[in-house]
Amino acid sequence: MSGGGFFAIPRIISAAIFAPVLAAVVSVNALADGPPKLPRGKGATCVEPLDVMRRNHMDFLNHERDLTVRGGIRGRKHSLVGCIACHAQRDGHGDFIRIDAPGQFCHACHEFTGVKMDCFECHAAVPDTSASHAAAPPFVPPRRGGYGGETRP
Amino acid sequence: MTAPANRKRRKLLAAAASTVAAAPGLRLMEWAAAQSDAQPVTAATRWGLLIDTDKCAVDCDACVRACNDEHGLTGTGRPETDAQWIRKVTLTDEHSGRVTSLPVLCQHCEQPPCVDVCPTGASFRREDGVVLVDKHTCIGCRYCVIACPYQARSFVHENLTAQKPYSPRGKGTVEGCTLCVHRIDEERAPACVEVCNSGGGDDCGNGALLFGDLNDPQSAIARRLKSAPSRQLRADLDLNTGVRYENL
Repeated sequence: MSGGGFFAIPRIISAAIFAPVLAAVVSVNALADGPPKLPRGKGATCVEPLDVMRRNHMDFLNHERDLTVRGGIRGRKHSLVGCIACHAQRDGHGDFIRIDAPGQFCHACHEFTGVKMDCFECHAAVPDTSASHAAAPPFVPPRRGGYGGETRP
Repeated sequence: MTAPANRKRRKLLAAAASTVAAAPGLRLMEWAAAQSDAQPVTAATRWGLLIDTDKCAVDCDACVRACNDEHGLTGTGRPETDAQWIRKVTLTDEHSGRVTSLPVLCQHCEQPPCVDVCPTGASFRREDGVVLVDKHTCIGCRYCVIACPYQARSFVHENLTAQKPYSPRGKGTVEGCTLCVHRIDEERAPACVEVCNSGGGDDCGNGALLFGDLNDPQSAIARRLKSAPSRQLRADLDLNTGVRYENL
């Protein structure tokens, strides 16, 4: 039975060594399931520092939507269209994937935090690729005489 | 301040903002200048539309198609509930037999009944005269649909997926002609006006629609309204519509 005594000590030692290692592996696995990996945007940096965006993006969007809908102020830096233009990914065929599709920029984080968003029930979830609006419209100087029908007598 | 003067001021401020941005350490000033550059629309402008029914062809629906394309209004095969922002209406005089065709859309009233009845403030009139629905606050009660004398509002009954980025639309909200505010804000004419005044191909080219600033006495629309007779639909309601009709 001396053999049992001989092996008893290493078992204790091995338990002492492997228990923390096992715990570390488990926690690494939990982390791997944890913070979602978000697809990177097109630009080098976001319009605001990351921590500001993570905490405040919804306030920026709410504020800007009122300015745009009620005041006609467009093209400011916190626009939803801007977010989508920068963060939307393309699939294997080169088509845009909806930004609220599983694993995509908006969905990945909202799924993790358990916050339902209803932006995309109304708003486009992919950038506009139609020819007339894909690029920023060329600047047209104000037309004093109004628009259209200028050739009338 | 007139609208062009206001725009000139905007650009001046934009130039000032970019100058300030070039100087380091002036973040606050840069921010302040950038804020003052983005001014909301003002009542100095009132956008209006003049429709010459003599030039509007009976068999032409180019404006309706242009509107549908611009805002992504696609049919579901159930026309009773499909959104319709412009309707082509054909009138026949029962005595003379004279046929008149005209597009009927949101008349962008100065005193809009849809705004009066809205319980949430979602239906509103922008300072520059465009009557809109703020779909963030619309609860889909459809009081405005009932109140509008022109049947200009539609209700979205079904889930939508292929909306345009500049024209958000969604199930459970009311919508109607926006006078293409996204274009107006970029100094472009509404889609229907553009197609009506351009010729060739599928375009209409009849030139029946004239769009402009009713408050600017030098604008083509204001001069035309001053020089030739025009009508408001249901003028008896005294809503002072932004859309006017000629030869009706």
